[in-house]
Amino acid sequence: MMKLTPKSATLIVLVALIALSPLLFPSNFYYRVGALIFVNAIAVTGIVILTGYAGQVSLGHAGFAGIGAYACALAPVHLGVPPALAVVLGAVLSGVLAYLVGRPILRLHGYYLGVATLGFGILVTMVLTNERALTGGPDGIEVPDLGLRGLLGDLGLSLSNGQFWYFFSGLCMLIGAWIALNLYDSPTGRALRALHGSEVAARTVGIDVARLKLRAFVISAVYASVSGSLLALQNRFVTPDVAGFMHSIEMVTMAVLGGVGSVLGAIFGAAILTLLPQVLTVFAEYEQMVLGLVMILVMIFLREGLLPSILKKLRGKDE
Amino acid sequence: MSALLSIEGLGIGFGGLRAVDDVSFSVRAGEILSVIGPNGAGKTTLFNMISGVYRPDAGRVTLDGQDVTAMEPHLLARRGLSRTFQNLQIFQSMSVLDNAIAGYHLRESGSVLADLLALPASRRRARDAEAGARALLARVGLERAAEREAGNLSYGALKRLEIARALALDPKVLLLDEPAAGCNAVETEEIDHLIAEVAASGVAILLVEHDMKLVMRISNHIVVLDHGEKIAEGDPATVSRNPAVIAAYLGTEEAPHADG
Repeated sequence: MMKLTPKSATLIVLVALIALSPLLFPSNFYYRVGALIFVNAIAVTGIVILTGYAGQVSLGHAGFAGIGAYACALAPVHLGVPPALAVVLGAVLSGVLAYLVGRPILRLHGYYLGVATLGFGILVTMVLTNERALTGGPDGIEVPDLGLRGLLGDLGLSLSNGQFWYFFSGLCMLIGAWIALNLYDSPTGRALRALHGSEVAARTVGIDVARLKLRAFVISAVYASVSGSLLALQNRFVTPDVAGFMHSIEMVTMAVLGGVGSVLGAIFGAAILTLLPQVLTVFAEYEQMVLGLVMILVMIFLREGLLPSILKKLRGKDE
Repeated sequence: MSALLSIEGLGIGFGGLRAVDDVSFSVRAGEILSVIGPNGAGKTTLFNMISGVYRPDAGRVTLDGQDVTAMEPHLLARRGLSRTFQNLQIFQSMSVLDNAIAGYHLRESGSVLADLLALPASRRRARDAEAGARALLARVGLERAAEREAGNLSYGALKRLEIARALALDPKVLLLDEPAAGCNAVETEEIDHLIAEVAASGVAILLVEHDMKLVMRISNHIVVLDHGEKIAEGDPATVSRNPAVIAAYLGTEEAPHADG
């Protein structure tokens, strides 16, 4: 029998989850929750590349999500481009900005890099909040319709808004996961993991560490940007919160909670941290507390993240 | 034959202390040159300067006729200089095979886009590197550990893995920092053969090693450092009879040092 590679196994699990979960949905509301999970998972997959593969920490990636989101709000109105193209425009802009910002700050290590990226995120939020004339300020701004659902309807495939965003975001997440998994086993991915393991050894085998870090930063920024775009398009509305500090922290937390070294783990983390608040609204007053407690416990007892730790335990029992 | 690697008057100070001062020597293709000296003599610091990890504040490093003083390590790798580390620098959470493949980075890396989309070109590059890496692992006796996580290997095995990774660059000059440390007698002998074999293929080898039997057996030329200065050099027989060398090793109060 042919052995399943981790890449195909991950993709099969994701396809099965996307396709089969709706069978368990008690109401249409859950399509909306699912779509949110997928959108978050896209940003978190980018964090896996930056932090899990390359070992660099960013506390400002929501800044790129903000750029992706506002590109979808502004480009169709001011530049007359269709929203789908605005997603691409936002991604390119985020990539270029990540390149320019990353060049100087990726020379920094550890905490310093974290603080520098934090500054970048705050800067984007401030611009979005203060440029009222363009961005609508703190009250936010409307986002045009993507138009794809209507197109599918014309072709005879009519979906509810919730269903459409569920499957469309799911597909985008799948593509994102596929790309991240391709990268893992590729020469570039190996070089990223190598510099994570030992920078000095990576340099002596010829890896241009500064350049490779920058590549990981740009790639992960594009992920965050696409995630922000999809969020804006599905909400049809966006506020500067999308670029905010809390959102940046959320991305990193999801990745670390699920397992920052593995794409599937990080997506799992995104699912849990998106779902938990929905479940915990029952105990609204304790929501933040329970969330905090879960995170603390995971970091103490399952340091590699939920999914890798669980898989390791299961495998340990087999032997 | 002219020297592949030569250093002239190389020196570096850390806060007033001259860790290495005015050291010169050169290595030809196929030659094994050993740098020996007591602990703290500046051997590893010297290696770090030659390999671009530290920036020397005096002197010159010439590689294959070109001045490469203070050049960044990844650029030196491109020019054919490769090294191992005294205190292992292994990619711990990667597989043994991936560690070895990393040594092929310069030959296997290409377009990032091809890597992201797993295009045939990217997969071909990775496959070629993997074949080469497996052959190298076999050469250092690690082929059966290929799929294991590197962090789980013994110290001696990791030393050999570092050598395999350094050889993957197909270097002209190879710097080995205590390759036999932590290895048993059998492993040391294997490393001994491996080094001789690599030198015979035309690679210039610079060796730091504490195992004197190994050094005396395989070196063509020996440079002795003490307190960062070159105190002797020559073939193994000459060096082992040199009174200054014997004094440095046995601690005779021949030349007292302020911060000994």
